[in-house]
Amino acid sequence: MARAVSTRRTVVFTIVAWIIALVIFFPILYTIITSFKSETEAIQGFNLIPSGTVESYQAVQAQSNYFKFFLNSVIISVGSTLIALLISVPAAWSMAFSPTNKTKDILMWMLSTKMMPAAAVMVPIYLLFRDFGLLDSRFGLTIMLTMINLPIVVWMLYTYFREIPGEILEASRMDGASLWGEIWYVLTPMAVPGIASTMLLNIILAWNEAFWTIRLTTTNAAPLTAFIASFSSPQGLFWAKLSAASTLAIAPILIMGWFSQKQLVRGLTFGAVK
Amino acid sequence: MGNITLKKVNKSFGATQVIPGIDLTINEGEFVVFVGPSGCGKSTLLRLIAGLEDTTSGTIEIDGRDVTGAAPAKRGLAMVFQSYALYPHMTVRNNIAFPLKMAKMDQGAIDKKVTEAARVLNLTNYLDRRPGQLSGGQRQRVAIGRAIVREPSAFLFDEPLSNLDAALRGTMRLEISELHHQLKTTMIYVTHDQVEAMTMADKIVVLSAGNIEQVGSPLDLYHRPDNIFVAGFIGSPRMNFATGEFAKPYDAHTIGVRPEHLKLSTETGTWRGTVGVAEHLGSDTFLHIHVDGIGLVTARVGGDFAVKHGDKVFLTPEDGRVHKFNDKGLAIR
Repeated sequence: MARAVSTRRTVVFTIVAWIIALVIFFPILYTIITSFKSETEAIQGFNLIPSGTVESYQAVQAQSNYFKFFLNSVIISVGSTLIALLISVPAAWSMAFSPTNKTKDILMWMLSTKMMPAAAVMVPIYLLFRDFGLLDSRFGLTIMLTMINLPIVVWMLYTYFREIPGEILEASRMDGASLWGEIWYVLTPMAVPGIASTMLLNIILAWNEAFWTIRLTTTNAAPLTAFIASFSSPQGLFWAKLSAASTLAIAPILIMGWFSQKQLVRGLTFGAVK
Repeated sequence: MGNITLKKVNKSFGATQVIPGIDLTINEGEFVVFVGPSGCGKSTLLRLIAGLEDTTSGTIEIDGRDVTGAAPAKRGLAMVFQSYALYPHMTVRNNIAFPLKMAKMDQGAIDKKVTEAARVLNLTNYLDRRPGQLSGGQRQRVAIGRAIVREPSAFLFDEPLSNLDAALRGTMRLEISELHHQLKTTMIYVTHDQVEAMTMADKIVVLSAGNIEQVGSPLDLYHRPDNIFVAGFIGSPRMNFATGEFAKPYDAHTIGVRPEHLKLSTETGTWRGTVGVAEHLGSDTFLHIHVDGIGLVTARVGGDFAVKHGDKVFLTPEDGRVHKFNDKGLAIR
């Protein structure tokens, strides 16, 4: 039966959807607006029209080198994602295609580590990093973020791989494919969309991670999260500079997210909607 | 070649024994059908032969060679799956060529074989399409094409027609039978559909709960079932069974009469009943008759047999067509 959707209903839904989207996006929008104000304007109260000055950006760049932080963010987020994928692909593969009766428990246990508050292990992790000389190193931070996001990566890939019919893999085995042939010619091409969206999401998560990146770095390995934090200083409130720093920090990932949203939405809803 | 021998093959999943121990010989060139209700272990048995499952104990030999521990690819068998299991990211050409590519055959020989297989299976115009752009029957033919280019010593079919609609199923049934006549290669075919088993097989293996109930030619099983299970499973519509006083005159615990071996009369006969639903197929009519003391009995009569719902009728089993079984359900001969 065809459902009649009245124009009025469509219009109402569209307006409501826009309002909700705007409410959610407003903090980011206001941060961007504020970054184009002078410090005096910024503390004067609510105002949606900035004067358009770029003095905050100039000040931020003069005060600290944005590109050093940006480079650290890229290295840490991309690096941790690649290492996580290297570990997770075989892990998820074996869990999806030759599960044992403990597989579900292992998956639950992995997820449960995400339920632990990070603050609870702050002291031991800090001491470990200190003793191994990993404080303020890109390597240490990359390993840390790999560990943090590994459960999510394994889970996402596992859900993806489960959608690949086992019979196709069995067919390749009957057809004489070696384990390597099976992975290279059959599994990987079929799993590429899943691996890609997992990778994108993990880069975003790693890019935005602020708890450990701020606490385990000082100058050398500090990524953009630490860059933002350095502007919320005890010297006083510099809203415009803080906003400019935040805008600079989120811009790259926002642009990447915008261009890859199709992949991301598919990755996040995979399995639920088919 | 293509002799397959199973010796005391046993398969357990954890504590659950799926196949308690099977002995079976399949001769070269035979078309063997494993048939049985769902969960009887027929697919597991096929997967054991394929090497996709490990045997718990017992041995599997192909042409005299023990392959019990061999990898699937080392057994020289080809399999057609229920879901076709085509590689969705490859064209039809590459799907069919895949096993040859894995065998590191040179490109010229691969092209020749793929072209030939496509010709036999009517796929020549579809070689550059992907599986997603094909109909169910075409996909099935690609799966068969992928199997035949390998020139295996035996083909394994795992319910290959159950995803097709009824009309196509009939056509594909003929095509597979025709293929068997052309290739003369051993084929093992798993199905739950006894019509497929009867029409295609040289030899039927009836399975129930992991055990072989009977092995024989289709007509063997139809005329001389070893037990009640086989008698009830083979033949359509199902055989009618009666016990107690109905079986006494035959010195049996249970008797079975096929619907086509019941004589119907409006005046006189052995069993008295009331006509229920009539299914008119044109050539035949299946009458479902309520017989006092037995329950619902199916009779197969001519297409124009004139009775209506509620009519009283008499049924008489034809002489020499009554199957007799003892209290253990085994045939008395």
